[in-house]
Amino acid sequence: MAFFLETLLGGLMAGMLYSLVALGFVLIFKASGVFNFAQGAMVLFAALAMARFAEWVPLYLGIEDPIIGNVLAFIGAGGVMFCVAWVIERLVLRHLVNQEGTTLLMATLGITYFMEGLGQTIFGSSIYKIDIGMPKDPVMILESTFEGGIMINKEDFYAAIIAAALVALLSVFFQKTATGRALRAVADDHQAAQSIGIPLNRIWVIVWCVAGVVALVAGMIWGSKLGVQFSLTTVALRALPVVILGGLTSVPGAIVGGLIIGVGEKLSEVYLGPYVGGGIEIWFAYVLALGFLLIRPQGLFGEKIIDRV
Amino acid sequence: MFYRENGQFKTSYRADQQIFPITQDRIAILALLVVAFVVVPSLASDYMFRAIFIPFLIFSLAAVGVNILVGYCGQISLGSGAFMAVGAYAAYNFFVRIEGMPLVVALILGGVSSMLFGIVFGLPSLRVKGLYLAVATLAAQFFADWMFLRIQWFTNYSPSGSVSVSNLQVFGFSLESPFAKYMFCLVLLAVIALLAKNLVRGAVGREWMAIRDMDVAAAVIGIRPMFAKLSAFAVSSFIVGVAGALWAFIYLGAWEPAAFSVDQSFKLLFMVIIGGMGSIMGSFFGAAFIVVLPIFLNQFLPALASVLGIEISTAGVSHAELMIFGGLIVWFLIVEPHGLAKLWSIAKQKLRLWPFPH
Repeated sequence: MAFFLETLLGGLMAGMLYSLVALGFVLIFKASGVFNFAQGAMVLFAALAMARFAEWVPLYLGIEDPIIGNVLAFIGAGGVMFCVAWVIERLVLRHLVNQEGTTLLMATLGITYFMEGLGQTIFGSSIYKIDIGMPKDPVMILESTFEGGIMINKEDFYAAIIAAALVALLSVFFQKTATGRALRAVADDHQAAQSIGIPLNRIWVIVWCVAGVVALVAGMIWGSKLGVQFSLTTVALRALPVVILGGLTSVPGAIVGGLIIGVGEKLSEVYLGPYVGGGIEIWFAYVLALGFLLIRPQGLFGEKIIDRV
Repeated sequence: MFYRENGQFKTSYRADQQIFPITQDRIAILALLVVAFVVVPSLASDYMFRAIFIPFLIFSLAAVGVNILVGYCGQISLGSGAFMAVGAYAAYNFFVRIEGMPLVVALILGGVSSMLFGIVFGLPSLRVKGLYLAVATLAAQFFADWMFLRIQWFTNYSPSGSVSVSNLQVFGFSLESPFAKYMFCLVLLAVIALLAKNLVRGAVGREWMAIRDMDVAAAVIGIRPMFAKLSAFAVSSFIVGVAGALWAFIYLGAWEPAAFSVDQSFKLLFMVIIGGMGSIMGSFFGAAFIVVLPIFLNQFLPALASVLGIEISTAGVSHAELMIFGGLIVWFLIVEPHGLAKLWSIAKQKLRLWPFPH
């Protein structure tokens, strides 16, 4: 029982990390109808920027304090992501208005290649560390209830809390601010939003920025977990089943989907993996998502797809 | 002036429905075949065969397959790499495990296995549509990656799933020289491309296109969505599977599962989009673009750097390649979202009038 709970909790916390990446997909798809494959590259790019800035701040500015250094690096990387968002809107999205979903998808794949190249050209391509001072030692809880207690990775725990906080912040931003309202209006109907005077282009920049910041947070957490390296782009592939499971247009869907996928992955790996040779995590997530899709083709929380002839 | 169909009267249905109704097109295709079968082999060096022509032929074949699914039937697939892998490993197993199995039969059986695999992973398309389907097809990709890495039987119990074939021959001809490999791929490509062209202009092809344009409307007028979608998956994955087997047998010789990673799927989709969705001709353009561009960049960038007097490392070159590749793709999509095939048809339209303005 204790082992089951341990796996379950581990899955839930991993799931929060997936939903963090998935959020980036959902935000952009909601606001601009673009299925942004470049999210993984954005995570890598942001993490690289953050890691290198954190290295450069003590080197060039002489600030030794790690907290201020990290905050400055975070702000710097945020600024970089803002520039990226602006450039993408300016050079790519603006010219591809009204194109088909596939074309846009391919364009974001092009952006992916570009950003992978650019990020490694500017920031270098070795493995970097992000140290934001998260404790790495595991703790035991509920030792009175179960024999031996349940082991929890403190780092994952903090990461999950950061992710949850970010989600809460985003929902407040979407529900309560004027910009958030404009974003939701654009998501509902581009033309109607434009006709009441919402500037589409600015909204797109904002939403790519927000996605950039989400990518930065995801990159920071994943980067401090795994080290900042090229393979960080693959977290996007891990997050894709989360997105389709939750529904492409739903923020809560990304969270719930992330939790389901996280738990499903861990439980399947532990209980099913040994029978078939292990390493089934990746495809099991997809098959799980596919199973849900067969029942609800638009994802758990996605808008119902209505076909009209 | 030269490209006019005026005066080419069709007096029978047969003549009206032939594959290339315009005389000039027939001449152009014949000329192309002559170039492919005679001129290229007599001029190209071994390096050209190995680096450009053989990959181009095999990827064209794969792109034709993907185009049937994505371009004609409108089912976006990111799992083409998996279909290639299934084709390659199935053909390998038939080839190695059965004594005296002829290469061509092994290739076709590989294609058939890939077809069955494609039908299974095409089943969700009956319910799931659009981008959701695109992501769902990634399931096939990761499943295949895992299967050939972990299930040792498929790879003949070799460590890390790497296998190799040697001593290939067809009807007594050895397929060792680049020239023989080229000819073998070319013949297969010509036959399959012709079959594909005929399929897409027949009843099945029209059903696919109806499903692509609007599946509800197609169902209303009596087209069976299940048959149309699954047949598209079947035909597409058969062709992609054969291409995968060719890629493994002819081009690589020795390979491991990583040769058919998700990158391969993206590449194939790029070929289809850049070449032009819903155009057999476009698949060739797309394959040429994607195959030649990296080679060109690889040769051109260091030369450019040395001219400008900049030192760039090998890593720097590969990063610059990535950037230029990505940038060009985006630029292409912006300039001509309908692909190279569209440019081709615009050029033909212009040729009709040339040299007159109207």
